[in-house]
Amino acid sequence: MSEIQITLEILRYDPEKDQEPHFQTYPVTCQDDWMVLDAMNHVKDHVDTTLSYRWSCHMAVCGSCGVMIDGAPKLACKAPVRDYADRTARIEPLANFPIERDLVVVMDDFMDKLKRVKPYIIRKEEKSIEDGEHRQSPAELKKFKQFTMCINCLCCYAACPQYALIPEFIGPAALTMAHRYNQDSRDQGQADRQDEVAKPEGAWDCSFAGECSEVCPKHVDPAGALQQLKIATTVQWYKGLIGMGGK
Amino acid sequence: MAYVRPVSKTTWYLAKRSYTVHMLQELTSLFVAIFALILLWGIGALAGGPEAYQRFLDGLTGPAMVTLLWVTTLVMCYHAIAWFSVTPKAMPIQHGEEFVPGSVIAGAHYAVWIVLSLIILFLAGVF
Amino acid sequence: MAKINKALFWSLFAAGGTLTAFVFPVLALIVLFAAYGSPPEIFAYEAMHGLLSNWLVKLVAFATVALALWHAAHRMRTALHGIGLRADGVIATVAYGLALLGTVLCAYFLLLI
Repeated sequence: MSEIQITLEILRYDPEKDQEPHFQTYPVTCQDDWMVLDAMNHVKDHVDTTLSYRWSCHMAVCGSCGVMIDGAPKLACKAPVRDYADRTARIEPLANFPIERDLVVVMDDFMDKLKRVKPYIIRKEEKSIEDGEHRQSPAELKKFKQFTMCINCLCCYAACPQYALIPEFIGPAALTMAHRYNQDSRDQGQADRQDEVAKPEGAWDCSFAGECSEVCPKHVDPAGALQQLKIATTVQWYKGLIGMGGK
Repeated sequence: MAYVRPVSKTTWYLAKRSYTVHMLQELTSLFVAIFALILLWGIGALAGGPEAYQRFLDGLTGPAMVTLLWVTTLVMCYHAIAWFSVTPKAMPIQHGEEFVPGSVIAGAHYAVWIVLSLIILFLAGVF
Repeated sequence: MAKINKALFWSLFAAGGTLTAFVFPVLALIVLFAAYGSPPEIFAYEAMHGLLSNWLVKLVAFATVALALWHAAHRMRTALHGIGLRADGVIATVAYGLALLGTVLCAYFLLLI
């Protein structure tokens, strides 16, 4: 296995000491199959233990290690160092979120918005145990399955120009969750989600730039979900106008 | 204290090529408005009688107008292409367990576009 | 203005975008022919007047012009917000107001024909 030289230019910010973020440079000798996360771990383990960042699974399922690499939101565990061989890669916290410390962002805004869209099965009447399980055909599952793949990594929020300009915007991942449950045959809660989704800062603040789908590491296609959500929300609204509202 | 990074509200779309392309696509709507107003002008002139209508036709031949119409025609073609390329994302068609491929949906739109355009050209007497 | 649901404006935008995508390129091309001084037969006053006297044609013409204006109003509102003009209330009022004006004028002219 051969070695690759890269230089990581990492944003540092200590809320107790710094007025503003600054960059610190770390040259790293990597194995050629390393991801940027491995290089960051090397820095933390051997060079500078004060470096702070989130990571966990190292296999693109937990959504913890989202960072900006050369201005693009990516999972650090999914970015090969090969792509940055013999040059400098700038590592910054995910855009559009306040910086807590170094590469750690404050995610509270997203957590609040996720709660608001009620991302769980809502029934008008719960089935009793005696009635048996909810039955769902493969086709019914396929209808929304892609949208279940979201790992809440927030790369889409970092890419979204509307979230950058309009902090109230509920955002791609949360709205995709609303759509995911609306499309689930077991769910009867579209009307319950309508309030949040139909707000200006809900589906309507999306301008279909499509950046979210470009950067999504799990190919969820939030942009597609949001356009489908706009259509469904519009149909709901027109139905409401003529008195046919309620799922 | 968490640090909030400032974002330029006026130049953010210059930071990345795909942002700039998106902004340009949004601005195609300016030419949609311009052409709609040209049509409105024509309809108004038609309602005003033969002399008013002839003034409209003469007005179309001015060099500035011709340039504008060239730009408008090209921008409208770009609008159509951009619109049809994203339509499949907004209207998934599920057939059993599979989805109709996006390229098929977009392709159908392009086919209708071409056929409709040829029909309109024929009805207008272009050929 | 905020009370009028965005679903309405968005649906007009989507319908207008689809309609103009299908017909505006060819219509612009036809008008371009007319601009070169050799208008297609349909442009003759009698032919055009005859065509637009038909009620179905009036309806189609109205829908085309009106939806195009509402599409442009909504999209320009978003675009202007995107380039830093933050007074969304004012911009929305002006944009939709102009679209409304165009819609009313279009109906008025078509009724005169």
